[in-house]
Amino acid sequence: MYGLKSDLVCDLPSKHFSVEDYSKGVARWCPGCGDHAVLNNTQKLLKEKQLDPAKTVFVSGIGCSSRFPHYMDTYGFHGLHGRAFPVACGVKFRRPDLDVFVITGDGDCCSIGAGAWIHAIRYNMNMTVMLLNNEIYGLTKKQISPTSRIGTVSNTTPEGSIIPPINPIQTTLGVSNASFVAQTADWNPAHMYETIKAGFEHKGFSFIHVIQRCPIFQLSLGKELATNKDVMHYMEHEDGITVSEDIAKTFKHKLSHDPTDLSAARKLAMDTDKVFMGLFYRDENAPRYDEYGASNLGYTIEQKEAVLDAEFDKHAI
Amino acid sequence: MVDSVEVKEMPPEQNSKAVVIGEHIVEIVSDSGEGAQKCGQSFAAISAKMGNGVWTVEIIPAEIQPPARSRAGASGIRIRIGSKKITNTGNEADLVVALNEQVPYGRIDQKAYHEGTIMLIENKWRTDDSEYIRNQYSDALVDFKNRGYKVLEIPMEEECLKIVKNARKGKNMWVLGMLVFIYSRSIEKGEAQIRNIFRKKSDAIINSNIQLFHSGYDWAQENLDFQFDIPVIESDEELVVMSGNEALAMGVLASGMEVCSMYPITPATSASHLLAEIFSKSGGLIHQAEDEIAAIGFAIGASYAGKTAVTITSGPGIALKTEFLGLATMAEIPLVVIDVQRGGPSTGLPTKVEQGDLLAVLYGQPGAVPKIILAAATIEECFHFVILARKLAEAFRTPVYVLSDTNLATGQQPFPRPKIKKDWFAPPIDQSPWKEDVKPYQWDEKTGLSKRPIPGQAGGQHTVTGLAHNRNSQVSYIPEENQESSELRSRKFASFQKTLNPPIINGKEKGDLLIVGWGSTLGAIEEAVGLAQKEGIQVSSIHLRFMSPFQPGLDDIFKNFKQVMTIEINYSDNKDNPQFTSSSRRYSQLAWVLRARTLVDVDCYSNVEGQPLSPNRILGVIKNKLGIK
Repeated sequence: MYGLKSDLVCDLPSKHFSVEDYSKGVARWCPGCGDHAVLNNTQKLLKEKQLDPAKTVFVSGIGCSSRFPHYMDTYGFHGLHGRAFPVACGVKFRRPDLDVFVITGDGDCCSIGAGAWIHAIRYNMNMTVMLLNNEIYGLTKKQISPTSRIGTVSNTTPEGSIIPPINPIQTTLGVSNASFVAQTADWNPAHMYETIKAGFEHKGFSFIHVIQRCPIFQLSLGKELATNKDVMHYMEHEDGITVSEDIAKTFKHKLSHDPTDLSAARKLAMDTDKVFMGLFYRDENAPRYDEYGASNLGYTIEQKEAVLDAEFDKHAI
Repeated sequence: MVDSVEVKEMPPEQNSKAVVIGEHIVEIVSDSGEGAQKCGQSFAAISAKMGNGVWTVEIIPAEIQPPARSRAGASGIRIRIGSKKITNTGNEADLVVALNEQVPYGRIDQKAYHEGTIMLIENKWRTDDSEYIRNQYSDALVDFKNRGYKVLEIPMEEECLKIVKNARKGKNMWVLGMLVFIYSRSIEKGEAQIRNIFRKKSDAIINSNIQLFHSGYDWAQENLDFQFDIPVIESDEELVVMSGNEALAMGVLASGMEVCSMYPITPATSASHLLAEIFSKSGGLIHQAEDEIAAIGFAIGASYAGKTAVTITSGPGIALKTEFLGLATMAEIPLVVIDVQRGGPSTGLPTKVEQGDLLAVLYGQPGAVPKIILAAATIEECFHFVILARKLAEAFRTPVYVLSDTNLATGQQPFPRPKIKKDWFAPPIDQSPWKEDVKPYQWDEKTGLSKRPIPGQAGGQHTVTGLAHNRNSQVSYIPEENQESSELRSRKFASFQKTLNPPIINGKEKGDLLIVGWGSTLGAIEEAVGLAQKEGIQVSSIHLRFMSPFQPGLDDIFKNFKQVMTIEINYSDNKDNPQFTSSSRRYSQLAWVLRARTLVDVDCYSNVEGQPLSPNRILGVIKNKLGIK
């Protein structure tokens, strides 16, 4: 046909996925919410990586950001408040063929789900985790979250909060077997894209802390963070997360940080006056629980029958 | 002062000839860690392997190492052995081996012994360094004698020290040897049993235990002038013997499930121990989660993305899992939940029996959460119900609960060796493309059933949610849609009930009293009802296996009896106490549900003493209910 010789036709992928193939419905977050940027960048990444929507699972908990899976035309699991991690780990355990993403918020991850978060870091299963941290409870209308700064005025702290916040980066870096810890912000989509991409490419539990604005309940904080050039510090390293020169130029402050240096990473994380953008830590060799989960797949019914029969023999009279 | 001559009067026959008995109840009690349970389990296994009917119940203190020589520390095992099939723990014990004289008091408090019970007591305490202990010992022996027990002092420590340096390790095997002589058990089977239980240990350990076993046997042969035999009625049927928890573990393997996600909790955990061992060779894995909530979350995630998974827990775990249980029903994710019940509420009686989780499992979650609940009544059913639960979970796209309890969990019982069927095992998950026009919740109008798309099925993409949703799994706040989806989820269980038969009546179809039971009380209830029927009492019983939905036909059965009552091991108010009135009295758990279901004035007898119910006790309840002295 068309005069083409068949040996000149190369094999095309059976289907090419466009961004539209990954998106579903209209995201119902507030205008200006940082969640939109994460959604767009994630869909872009899936297209870039040509992930099969049928083999991609987004797991979330409860909160504004946890609506995320509903806007993806992949498989999704919008579960319980604070419980995204156990579900995601269960999904991945026996399904090495699935790409698993976890979307969680500061309340979902650092408050009600803190226990599961700690252990999910330790399990180090291959999944990409995005903590969308706006430092406030939005869905339940402005209560402090464990990441809210001291002095945050909310409906449950009318005189301002008094306990220092949890620092998700510091916490994650403090857990044994952490293997990928990075930070980005919703107002720098190019950096966010590179960060999500690096997280996806890492084989292990990729923890991405996304600092983001809540235009409704944290308006002034968001403005301050996004506009004060002295807050953001770009971490540079050949093994880190690299953005184009144009984007890099937008950072007033830069520093070199080796992502294999855990002590240095922890030290940076403790400096809460600054926001370090990029890769804090990566360990490609941390043991992975999903490899254990996939270690004995595919036994036949006959094989199982034999084990059961032998066990009955042991109990036989 | 008790002397050993006393016992010489007891044996009815010459020592060369064993007295033939139909059944006996033996208890071995000790401090924790002395191996009484291993001894008793071995004794039971040897007897079962000879073809005897056997039922064991462990006597477990709540602490790992309670104070030595104390009532509360009584640790051990009861073994009921008979010529015929044994279905329950029985009444009082006939023979007790006690490694000190204090632990029997824990059992005396529970009225476990009768006048004439033979008590074989470790005599080393008579010469203990402590005067206090020496006095305790001689006081207790006088007391035991006054209670009518036939006491015999046994030099267990002394004999063991001839073989090993530390008698604490191995005394249990010496006792086993003694019991094997007393009950004319097979020495070969005894040796084989020891080799089996110490199979992971060195030859030196095996040999020393076998030596101790022989020493116990020989000592008994030389020094005891009584011996029993419990002959076996020959049967061609091939049998297996195991505990309820072992049966659950083997049921999981036989069901083809490949993920068991659990968190350690008494008395459920040992099921996962055996499972871990056999799973590693058969393509399954145990996940020990960080907590009970994560355990079920992980199981739900695994089920959602693959073959149905199972989580095994007990009451406090069920309480923690509540929210996820609601989610699994709402999102229609197949799941098997095994609840090995213990005493509650709260931490309660972790090592004791109670059937106290029925209402929590049935009604624990907020909102309408219809479900399937199976209650195993025997160890054999522990095995088969897990296989059934997996199939039902998939067919009805729902969590299915299997209730067991401490009695079944730690007891040992022989049953016909199951004939393995290929269709027990879950087939590989469907990864074929999803039919385009089929929705993720394509509820059948009549049955409420629908098929689930599994990740990997092209075209089946959707997001499951615990929020109210429509057929497309889209969040829906439309009033009619929530009403409709709730009803369709409920219809599945009405559809399931149509597949069930009415319960079988044990006894006549008409009478003065119908006893309704569930769970591990089956054998004791039927034995008691049998005894009552022999006395001419018009009583029958039914035993429920399906707690939700109930088997059909209960109304028709109840109609033919003047009175109906449940007998259960959970709490109810005593109606004889004037403080409780007909408007305040709280019923036992099944009674509540039956009253609501059938509108029959169902009465109940129950207690929370943490002990198995004995046939005699149930017989007393029946007579009391019918005003028979």
